[in-house]
Amino acid sequence: MRIALFATCIVDAMYPATAKATVRILERLGHEVVFPSGQACCGQMHVNSGYLKEAVPVVANHVAAFDTADYDVAVAPSGSCVASVKHQHPMVARSCGDAALEARATAVGAKTYELSELLVDVLGVTDAGAQLGSYFPHRVTYHPSCHGMRLLRLGDRQSRLLRTVQGIDLADLPEADQCCGFGGTFSMKNADVSSAMLQDKAANIESTGAELCTGGDASCLMHIGGGLSRQGSSTTTLHLAEILASTMEEPASVTGEVLVSTGKARR
Amino acid sequence: MTAREDILTRIRAALQDSPEAPQVPREYRAASGMGADELIELLVDRLVDYKAQVAVVPESDVPARIASLLEGAKSFVVPEGLDAGWLAGADGGGASRRRLDSPAEPLSVAELDGIDAVVTGSAVAVAETGTIILDGSANQGRRAISLVPDHHICVVKAADIAGILPEALRRIDGTRPITMISGPSATSDIELERVEGVHGPRRLDVIIAR
Amino acid sequence: MTTFLGMPALPAFGSGNLFAGESFPKAAHRELGNAQLRANLGHATHTIRDKRQAVVSELPDWEQLRDAGSAIKESVMARLPELLEEFEANFTARGGVIHWARDAREANEIVAGLVRETGETEVVKVKSMATQEIGLNEYLEEQGIEAFETDLAELIVQLDHDKPSHILVPAIHKNRTEIRDIFLREMPGADPALTDDPPVLAMAAREHLRRKFLTAKVAVSGANFALADSGTLAVVESEGNGRMCLTLPETLITVMGIEKLLPTWQDLEVFMQLLPRSSTGERMNPYTSLWTGVTEGDGPQNVHLVLLDNGRSAALADEMGRSALHCIRCSACMNVCPVYERTGGHAYGSTYPGPIGAILSPLLTGIQAEENNSLPYASSLCGACYDACPVKINIPDILVHLRSVDVDSKRGTKKVPSQMDLGMKAASWALSSGRNLGLVEKGLPLGRLAAGRDKKIKKLPGIAGGWTQSRDIPAPPAQSFRDWWAKEHRDAGGSPGTPDGGPSSTPSPETKEAQQ
Repeated sequence: MRIALFATCIVDAMYPATAKATVRILERLGHEVVFPSGQACCGQMHVNSGYLKEAVPVVANHVAAFDTADYDVAVAPSGSCVASVKHQHPMVARSCGDAALEARATAVGAKTYELSELLVDVLGVTDAGAQLGSYFPHRVTYHPSCHGMRLLRLGDRQSRLLRTVQGIDLADLPEADQCCGFGGTFSMKNADVSSAMLQDKAANIESTGAELCTGGDASCLMHIGGGLSRQGSSTTTLHLAEILASTMEEPASVTGEVLVSTGKARR
Repeated sequence: MTAREDILTRIRAALQDSPEAPQVPREYRAASGMGADELIELLVDRLVDYKAQVAVVPESDVPARIASLLEGAKSFVVPEGLDAGWLAGADGGGASRRRLDSPAEPLSVAELDGIDAVVTGSAVAVAETGTIILDGSANQGRRAISLVPDHHICVVKAADIAGILPEALRRIDGTRPITMISGPSATSDIELERVEGVHGPRRLDVIIAR
Repeated sequence: MTTFLGMPALPAFGSGNLFAGESFPKAAHRELGNAQLRANLGHATHTIRDKRQAVVSELPDWEQLRDAGSAIKESVMARLPELLEEFEANFTARGGVIHWARDAREANEIVAGLVRETGETEVVKVKSMATQEIGLNEYLEEQGIEAFETDLAELIVQLDHDKPSHILVPAIHKNRTEIRDIFLREMPGADPALTDDPPVLAMAAREHLRRKFLTAKVAVSGANFALADSGTLAVVESEGNGRMCLTLPETLITVMGIEKLLPTWQDLEVFMQLLPRSSTGERMNPYTSLWTGVTEGDGPQNVHLVLLDNGRSAALADEMGRSALHCIRCSACMNVCPVYERTGGHAYGSTYPGPIGAILSPLLTGIQAEENNSLPYASSLCGACYDACPVKINIPDILVHLRSVDVDSKRGTKKVPSQMDLGMKAASWALSSGRNLGLVEKGLPLGRLAAGRDKKIKKLPGIAGGWTQSRDIPAPPAQSFRDWWAKEHRDAGGSPGTPDGGPSSTPSPETKEAQQ
């Protein structure tokens, strides 16, 4: 299968290791990965902040980059960005009265999958250890991000994959279904409430005794990791793709600057 | 322009885009398909959950059951149309205990406040939700009599038990004064914890006559 | 009767207790500082969430009921004028009297006038959002009429001279000890030995209100539903205070928003399954009363209904937002909302707090009214409210819609664009082409200079400072994925965008560096 990678802007710019891990997983399964070079961002930051007009060129760019017959399916290591491509893009096109763009956006959305969705539903991965060689000998807890959970209805796809990673010690996260408080510009516009939500998420993560918290959305992980780091926690965050890509021969490192760096916050 | 005309004009203006009224999908359950025993069992379970007291008795034992529930009551009120046979054993404590409420001679609120208990029939019950529906028929009386006394004894005939709410509401004329009762009065206003017994009758005894 | 002639009318916005007096972030900042409040709210919302979940999971057809409820309400909105007229005809035929109120002031005047006609100076009240919205109690007090709230939580709030903070449990922000103290302080004749045991407190309320119920001549209520095909009104309650008010007085005055209609008696079977489970987390609430006009010999013989617009027609005019009027005031959305759980209801200013309030208040008042434009931003868009809503109001989508209404309403009116405006404009340029984003990413290594020795950024300027107040940012990588991919595929002899050579074959130096 020819699979187009939508890296998403945050992974592309801040967490390249997550995109590399995604490529590695798919290639390991024998698929061909392409990277449409015109891609940039899904535009949900603009849409969710009320800047619909400014979102139009961003959406149009994404549609142009992915509206080709050059691949079978597209994948992104982010539930939130995939939800935006599927649900928001046609709406943005409609809002500016561009019916042609709406039709193309709908077609692109239909071909776009979140990583765990692609692995489980399309590529038939049921055992990450056996099929991907995934090996990750660490105590991990898992935060299911809201948009994957509620907009894409990913269900237990991500946690099922994690459970089958060799060597993993997966600890249940209390109040897992509670939002981490990121919410895009919400984290800045309503920084106090966002921080209060983050505090509770971080406390729940710490209570599991896990070395790190994983999930399917780099943005939520950046938020959670940033909070843990500021509180001086030794717990870090790592994207699900990197755990799945980790093998006995090439283990993922659990600390490093692609993660939020650790250490006590000093003032 | 009157307020009425003004508001209707505003609403029509708001609906300039002529939104379509969708077909309502009624794929939810219309009936439970439960048998008679199952209905009784479920209703009892639900009523007990609400902290109502329940007894399932043969119809012939209803008078004795009512009599025993009224043992401690100094007075009780019944609606004019209550099955007279049901009270056969209740006058043991002296016939003067019994007060009759009728459309011709309704008791005052103050009189009702001085009465300990009330005995009524019921129109229909809902097993799944533990709900008893009164519709003001002659054997249930007007709404005040089943409200002011602190102890409500309510007889439900097995034939009047419906499985789920849609079945029950189909048996009711909605324009009658209706009270749906699910357990004794309760509140969740303090820390969202349920407490039974506030302004309505604090004690609800249900007699299911099979 | 007038017919609408196609003249575009200006939306008539609502008034009353619908406004955020200060911006949400400011109010939230204050409320977050109250540790007792947060503990009370956390306890209460978690309790009700679990109860709701248990009784909802019990029904095999919950989703079908939601679908029906949503479609019924959509149909009510589409047919609102004819349904109101049908309801009016039926209610009037049965001896009820209908009054129409354009706004809060008009509704208050109607109610006060009706009370005055009875010669009474006291009324008992059943908890009602509509009368809270129009500020009826305050208005009646000005007119020399005393209104006694009879719902336990409303009583607590009224005794404490406080404001409700939740639509179902107005005193949710108070714990049992605080309530006991309020009773001791404010309730005439309260037993000094009163404990904070909830049943004891409930009994104190019973004693306190009993005499009022038995002697009241006038009651004021809201209504949960109004059935157009029969002219029937419904009040859903728990304590029996509703039955007392709806049954014993001679005069009953009900105030209801025009959106509360249901077309038929049959529709009640849907909503009476949806509401109690979503609201108090019970299979059925203890008491529901239904009345159709006047019934001779049973209940009030002088029955009035005030139909309230107060901005509802304006909300209806917003095609994207009008489904907010489907709300049946169950409060499930606030009980599951992570923002509400932490700030409480007062932070929203309006009578309607939580997720539904964040859309309903600005829809009723217009986005530009006072600080109501800050309400649509009071959400992380986590979507828990939409999942919990028994009538499937897509609150996150409407929040996003109202944000765009807010942004658009300010376009061209501001002399100086905000930091957010500038940032969004710049980001739109950067993110609308792979080339532009690639150019920006070339600057990533510069970000590394901003990071400390521990490779994290601790303080950003301007609005981004909101982020760094509680979170670090990782130092950016030395190279973006895009650059790495292009280099990898160029080095491997392929053109950029082809998958020749893969990072899986050999760990690339970049991967190592990134994971150093």
